[in-house]
Amino acid sequence: MSTTLRIALRFLTAKKRAMLMSLAGIVFGVGFFVVTQAQTSGFEQFFIRTILGTNGAIQIRDKIQDTMGSMAAAGHGPNAPRAEISVRSEGTRKYIEGVENPDLVMEALRQFRNVSGASMVVRGSVVADSSFRNETAQAYGIKLDDHLAVSDMERQIVRGSLEEFRAAHAGAVVGTVLAERLAIDIGDTIILRAGDQQRRYRVTAMYETGVRDIDQVRIYLHLGEARSLLKKVTGASFIQVNLFDKDRAPQDARLMEQVFRHGVASWQEREKTWLEVFRALRFSSAITVSTIILISGLGMFNTLAMIVMEKTKEIAILRSMGYTREDISRIFLWQGALVLMAGSVLGWILGAAVTYGVERLPIRIRGIFSTDHFMVDWSPWHYVAATVTATVVVMFASLVPARRAARLEPGDIIRGTAQ
Amino acid sequence: MSTTHLALRCDNLHRYLGEGEGRVHVLRGVSFEAHKGRVTAIVGPSGCGKSTLLYLLGLLDQPEEGSIWIRDRLMSNSGDLDRTAARCEHIGFVFQFHFLMQEFTALENVMMPMRRLGRLGETEMAARARALLQDVGLGDKTHRLATQLSGGEQQRVAIARALANQPAIILADEPTGNLDQKNSAMVFDLLTRLAKENGQAVVLVTHNPDIANRCDEIRPMRDGEFVR
Repeated sequence: MSTTLRIALRFLTAKKRAMLMSLAGIVFGVGFFVVTQAQTSGFEQFFIRTILGTNGAIQIRDKIQDTMGSMAAAGHGPNAPRAEISVRSEGTRKYIEGVENPDLVMEALRQFRNVSGASMVVRGSVVADSSFRNETAQAYGIKLDDHLAVSDMERQIVRGSLEEFRAAHAGAVVGTVLAERLAIDIGDTIILRAGDQQRRYRVTAMYETGVRDIDQVRIYLHLGEARSLLKKVTGASFIQVNLFDKDRAPQDARLMEQVFRHGVASWQEREKTWLEVFRALRFSSAITVSTIILISGLGMFNTLAMIVMEKTKEIAILRSMGYTREDISRIFLWQGALVLMAGSVLGWILGAAVTYGVERLPIRIRGIFSTDHFMVDWSPWHYVAATVTATVVVMFASLVPARRAARLEPGDIIRGTAQ
Repeated sequence: MSTTHLALRCDNLHRYLGEGEGRVHVLRGVSFEAHKGRVTAIVGPSGCGKSTLLYLLGLLDQPEEGSIWIRDRLMSNSGDLDRTAARCEHIGFVFQFHFLMQEFTALENVMMPMRRLGRLGETEMAARARALLQDVGLGDKTHRLATQLSGGEQQRVAIARALANQPAIILADEPTGNLDQKNSAMVFDLLTRLAKENGQAVVLVTHNPDIANRCDEIRPMRDGEFVR
C-alpha cells in the first residue's frame, strides 16, 4: 500500500461521520441512477421490441413515381445542335399506392445480407359485423409463415391458436380489443364487408400486442382471402421486413429505397416521436438523479476542505519530511477516490437490488405496449454511466481541496503555529 | 575546520516578511556554518530572526538574497522538488510542538520519513523505527497512538522521527520549549547524544540558557544579525 494511500485512509477514518454522509450520497446517487436508467431503458427496449414484433424493422410501402424535369440547351448560330436533358427531381417526388410487383421485391430482398425475413401484406378497410354490433376494422392479408418470420405474432396470441388459423381457409385472427367490442369469442363467426364484397370468417385466434391502435382494428386473414375480399388481385399494400441487426435499419432502408424506388421506412423513422419521448425521459431522469450525486459531491468538497484546514500542521510536517506537493495532493485525491470506489460498488449493489425488486412490481400498462409488471433493462452501461457521473463529481470535489493542500507553504504554517 | 566536516553553510542571507508597509527585514545578511558532530545553539530575543533562519536552512523557505549549501550543494536557488528531496535525505526537523500525526502510532510516525525516502523495505523500516524508539526510551510504547503519549514522550518520538533517515543535519526549533525542566533535559541529552553518535550536525534555536550553555557553540542573534 502506498504511503499516500495509507495516510488518506487514516485521515478518512478520522472524519468518519462526515465521510459516511458523503459516501451515502454517492451510494444512493449511483444506485438510483442505475434504477431509473434500468426502468426508462427497460420500457424503451420493450416498446422497441413491441413495435418490431408488430410492424417489423422495415416497411416497403408505396412506389415512387419519378417526376422528370427537363431543360433544353442550344449552341450559337442557326445550325448549332440542340440538346434536351432530363433529370430526376427529388423535390417533387410522388408516390403510387402499394407495391406493384411484390414477388420481385421479395426476391430482390433475399440479396440483402441483413434481411432475415419478408412478408407481403394486403391491407384494406372493412366493416366487421358480429351478432352484437359492427365495427370498422383493417383486414391484413398475410402468408402466415412469412409473417411469423417478421413479427412476434406467435408470442402475441392470447387465445385460440395459429395452427387452427393455418388449417382454416376462412379463419381470422382478431385483436383482443376489437373482439371485446364485437363481443366475440374463439369459434364465433364474423362477417367482413368491403365495398360490394361480404365474406364470413371464423375467429380462430386472438392476439394482444398491447398497442391499442393495433389491437382495436387489425384482423389477420389468409392472403388469398384478403385479396378476394378487398378485390386486390395483384400487388401488395406493403412488405414487412425483418433484419438480423435491427439498428442498421435506417441504412438498409435508404439502400432499399434507392434499389426498389419505393418508399421505405425504418422502425426508427416510423416511431421517431415515441423514441424521442423515451430518450427525453431517460436524460431527464439521469439529470434528476445526478443532482443527488452532485449534492453528495458538495458534501464531500466541504468535508475535504475541512480536513485540509484541520490538517495544515500535518501537511507542513509531511512537507518538511520530504513529501512533495504531488504527494500531498495525492493524499486528498485518494480520499475522494476511496469514497468514490466504495460508493460506486455499494451503489451498484443497491441499484441491482432495487432493479431486481422493481422488475417484480406489478403494473398493468396497455396502450403503447402490453405489460403486467415493470420493465427493466439490465445493461452494464447504466452502471458505467452512473460511475462516470460520480467520478466527475467526486474528482471535482476532491481536486480543489487537494490543490489547496498542495499549495500550502510548510514554512508559513510552522511559523504561524510557533507564534 | 575542514570542509569535509561541513554539513551546512549559508552566506549573506536576507529575508523579508510581510507585505507593503508591514514588510520587515528579518534577516540582514546572515552567514553561518554547521559542522558534523557538533551542536550549535542559536539564541536571541523573540523576533530576532532565529526561527526564520532555521526554516531557511531547512529549505522550508527561500531567501530574497544569499546562498545556502547543504553538504556542498548549493540549494538556495533550487526548485521545490530538489529542496523537498534534500529535506527528505539530509535534514531532520524537531519542532517546539512535536507535530506528530495523531492518527498514527509512534512506530508509524517514525517510519513516515523512511517511507518517503524508500531506501528500506517494510521489515527493515519497522526494525529501524523500533530501534530508534528504543534509543529514545519508548521501546515499550511503539504501538501507542500519538494521542496516547505524554508531551515529553511525543517530543521523543519526534526526535526519533527526525533521525529516521540518518540525515546529516538536525534542525530543532525550541525542541524543549513546551516541556518541563526534567523532560527538557532528557530531550536535549537524547538529541545531542544520538546526533553525536551518528556524526550529525545539530542546529537548535532556544530561549533556554541552560540548554544553550550545554551546546558546543552558541551564536547569539539580534535584529536579524549574528552579534558574535
